[in-house]
Amino acid sequence: MATVTADKTVHLPGARGQERRTSESWLRRIPLLPALLFTILITQIPFLLTIYYSLQSWNIAKPGSPHWVGLNNYGAVFSDPVFYGALLHTIEITFGSVLIATLLGLALALLLDRKFLGRGLARTLLISPFLIMPAAAALLWKTTMLDPVFGIVNWVIGWFGFAPVDFTTSQPLASVIATVVWQWTPFEMLILLAGLQSQPRDVLEASRVDGASAWSTFRELTLPHLRSYLELGVLLGAIYVVNTFDAIYMITQGGPGTATTNLPFYIYQRAFEGFDIGQAAALGVVTVVGTIIVATIALRTVFQLFIENEARA
Amino acid sequence: MATVTASARTHRAGRARPAIRHRLTGIAWGTVAWFLTIIFFFPVFWMILTSFKPESAAYSNPPQFAFHPTLSEYKQVFSAGMGPFLANSAIATVCSVLLVLALATPAAYALSMRPIARWRDALFFFISTKMLPVVAAIVPIYLAVRDIGMLDSIPTLIVLYTAMNLPIAVWMMRSFFLEVPGEMLEAARIDGADLRHELTEVVLPTVAPGLAATALICAIFAWNEFFFALNLTSIRAATMPVFLVGFVTSEGLYWAKLAAAATLASVPVLVAGWIAQRQLVRGLSMGAIK
Repeated sequence: MATVTADKTVHLPGARGQERRTSESWLRRIPLLPALLFTILITQIPFLLTIYYSLQSWNIAKPGSPHWVGLNNYGAVFSDPVFYGALLHTIEITFGSVLIATLLGLALALLLDRKFLGRGLARTLLISPFLIMPAAAALLWKTTMLDPVFGIVNWVIGWFGFAPVDFTTSQPLASVIATVVWQWTPFEMLILLAGLQSQPRDVLEASRVDGASAWSTFRELTLPHLRSYLELGVLLGAIYVVNTFDAIYMITQGGPGTATTNLPFYIYQRAFEGFDIGQAAALGVVTVVGTIIVATIALRTVFQLFIENEARA
Repeated sequence: MATVTASARTHRAGRARPAIRHRLTGIAWGTVAWFLTIIFFFPVFWMILTSFKPESAAYSNPPQFAFHPTLSEYKQVFSAGMGPFLANSAIATVCSVLLVLALATPAAYALSMRPIARWRDALFFFISTKMLPVVAAIVPIYLAVRDIGMLDSIPTLIVLYTAMNLPIAVWMMRSFFLEVPGEMLEAARIDGADLRHELTEVVLPTVAPGLAATALICAIFAWNEFFFALNLTSIRAATMPVFLVGFVTSEGLYWAKLAAAATLASVPVLVAGWIAQRQLVRGLSMGAIK
């Protein structure tokens, strides 16, 4: 506002300039608006409606119209042991898969960072698991890989004298995690490989000439350099893996019992098998609140990484 | 050990020994790399191999590596009515990608080259929508789509896939716009180019590879999307992942047929990803990694 009063003393031209600036700043916003409005309409309105539905008792399979029940659905959610199980499985699947995929991805990235015969081809083959349709990958793992009689994994462990295992029933959570790890390892590998290849070669060379061992070079130079890439890979991987649905739907249907039911699958069951709109919505709200808490921390970090990257570039 | 004394005498031999050792460790690590690569790729290889097997060869213990290849499983998959599903997937993917690019490109421009006030907030908002779990919104989305009579329709999928990919596309495109060299714009302006020419003749050609990379990433996610397709489509608009589900339940689990269907479902993305490896990294990191 100080500028406006200042402009008055310089008479009309200044005021007109101010006006032009405001209209120009609006003009510059116009390209953003379609995407912004579209995103608000499709992603934000449904969340508001979820809150509304979560306060209603409404089962679309039963007669009777929805009616207001206040926080009853939330009471039901928090006294439901399946909910706590689903929460735990979500955490287990996300942490387990992302951790293992990142470690494997790091190992593969370190290997691919060296020159060897057919490195380009190896890299091409290694990214393939990520490109397979997740629904198809899950079905293939359930059948051709993990089947107790004809599965490849049982054939291989047979060489070492192990008895065949019916993985998807006796180790259901591990089966789901294995499939997710297989698909997401290439993702972590690609991000970490990009990190390794952005390392200044002369610094590594200098450390080698100084007589540092490979391990101490890795620990003192490579790992600190990789830190932001590791964080980026873990966070982006977690964003996707926390929503794991395809693998659970295809491999275990959340079972046996509820042994592999995670929150996405449980909400799906409440809504599309139980037809309980109110409860599914309440579960959705609880999931969102939980995600927001975790995501705000994660988001800050991601944002920091991007801005840091730009500052460096 | 003779080499030790020899190397002490001549400089050349002294340098050759570490070189050989260096090469040997190189070969050793290369072997490890290939060993792991083969393990990781094996399920994909096995899927493709099984798809050419007669059903009897698909179920065997020990697994069969040699057999008479056949295309009959592929024929059966097509006669099971896969065509329309493939077409639905293609239409939903292509249309949503075009829509994403149409919305994301101007938005990314407004957030990068001539950044508006509070561009950070806008960018933050886009990425935050990606953090919210899709499942939490499925109830109102399902009800809304049902109430406007748009269940089982491809446009519904197109709109949802667009919303799903838009944040990624905005971030990616922004990183490409930021790379347009300022001197080029300056030069164009000095030559008297107006905004329209500046955009069509300088900016767009420079970000064209970026557009392609963004399209690829969005296409992969749209093509593979399962959750919305499963819950919002049934017959007319069902896509490939839904076909796989229906295929398994109606035909029973016949592995060779399943492998053929899975191969067909995965091949478009597989080939596109192989060709565009460089863009893949950048896309997956939403532009953070060049």
